[in-house]
Amino acid sequence: MTSLPEDLLRDSSRRVLGALVRRGADFASAEDAVQEALLEASQRWPQSGIPAEPVAWLMTVARRKLIDAQRSDISRREREQVVAAEPEPGETEQTDDTLLLLFLCCNPALPPSMAVALTLRAVGGLTTREIAAAYLLPERTMAQRIVRAKRIVAEHALDQPGDLAVVLRVLYLIFNEGYTSGSDGIDLAAEAIRLTRLLYTASGEPEVGGLLALMLLHHARRDARFDDGRLIPLDEQDRSRWDTAMIREGVWVLTPALAQERHGEYQVQAAIAALHDDAATAAETDWPQILEWYDELVALTHNPVAELSRAVAVGEVDGPAAGLRALEGIEERLTDYHRLDAVRAHLHERAGNADEAAALFRKAAASATSLAERQHLLKRAAATR
Amino acid sequence: MPKYLILKHYRGGPEAPGFAPMSEWTPEECEAHFQYQRDTIAMLTETGEFVSADAAAPTGNWVQYGGPGKPPHVLDGPFPETKELIAGWFLIDVESEQRAHEVAAHVSKAPGQGGEPIYEWLEVRPMMSEPPPVD
Repeated sequence: MTSLPEDLLRDSSRRVLGALVRRGADFASAEDAVQEALLEASQRWPQSGIPAEPVAWLMTVARRKLIDAQRSDISRREREQVVAAEPEPGETEQTDDTLLLLFLCCNPALPPSMAVALTLRAVGGLTTREIAAAYLLPERTMAQRIVRAKRIVAEHALDQPGDLAVVLRVLYLIFNEGYTSGSDGIDLAAEAIRLTRLLYTASGEPEVGGLLALMLLHHARRDARFDDGRLIPLDEQDRSRWDTAMIREGVWVLTPALAQERHGEYQVQAAIAALHDDAATAAETDWPQILEWYDELVALTHNPVAELSRAVAVGEVDGPAAGLRALEGIEERLTDYHRLDAVRAHLHERAGNADEAAALFRKAAASATSLAERQHLLKRAAATR
Repeated sequence: MPKYLILKHYRGGPEAPGFAPMSEWTPEECEAHFQYQRDTIAMLTETGEFVSADAAAPTGNWVQYGGPGKPPHVLDGPFPETKELIAGWFLIDVESEQRAHEVAAHVSKAPGQGGEPIYEWLEVRPMMSEPPPVD
């Protein structure tokens, strides 16, 4: 028994699925066929060894499964003629169909959770069990989510060009989930980066580069951000633990994207992340330039959450009183108040209003949505008092 | 996707007018109620929203650290001043708080005496998630 190389299987499954779909097979049936082919590979290859051309092998088996399924479907409907789309046998695909598959999986008709599940399986090549474990859900629940997603995709065939903005949002959602289910589990943030890299090789749109850069520039700080479940804020992180190679790659991807002069929210957020990553110590942070980028982000998105972060930058550049003034009128446009309270608390603390700060930190803690965040806010409240 | 805990209490909110406790139901009415719980789990599995469901016995103990070198304090629960007792829960993974409320309303509609909905009050609590990997 030799163990099968995971990357090879996952990469091959995406390429076989893409080729089948591009040749006219419907997405849901092709996805089933590829899953069956992978199952057959996992049973056979450990004994027989990995074939010389694994993609061609999987392609042949998947195509056979697809034709079998179409035949039984047709006989069920008592049709006489077999009209299985018989693709050309043989050659290994050269074209990368990643973009086509991402557009199918991130169909705007799908609720985000289903688009996420389908993308991880059909493009990421993960098994249902792995996806379920990553989201801490029962395998049956995740399997059902994928079944329903495929049904919706079949009902909303893409009669118009796919929406890249939806694809980017789904990939960012996977990244933001960021959950690591133990050492042998799937790291969703790393998985999102892998998928975005694939998209980056298939699309020259600057926002794709922006999103990839944003992920890399944040992921680079991950080891410093948590200490045994304890959340470490940016200004207290041990910057020697940041992954400098990943930061270099992020900047390398971001620079040509920004040079296209078609800025979008991911590029701008990546530019801000790059400025933080560039500071050797928190005190050396280039806040005036960060504030300029936040001005652009707010102008681009009109997003109140971006305005919250901008107020922190205003506080660094023009002082906490100016930061607090920048928060005025933001409340009615927010849905998530704990971040507003946390930012207010931070600015009051810097202004020397200890009681006000402590009360706001406690208020923010009471509505925090993650345990690590709540504990962090409670500690800050205690330190302020 | 946020996870929500839907909590059922033995003594929850105010009872709906005309409510009859389970002790006054027929075996068939009881069975219809239990079947409704199982159907709810099947429905949530089918929609891809089910995480887990469980029930806790109404009786149990209250336990406290007994002090250095001492065994734990164990009391027969519940304390007389404790008004509420958790009976069971559904843990679901849904798209929005609104959807969590819809599911809770469905659970609340479980049949009781005469097959009529029992209009049970349920507590819906968001679960803590992991912080996102961005600052």
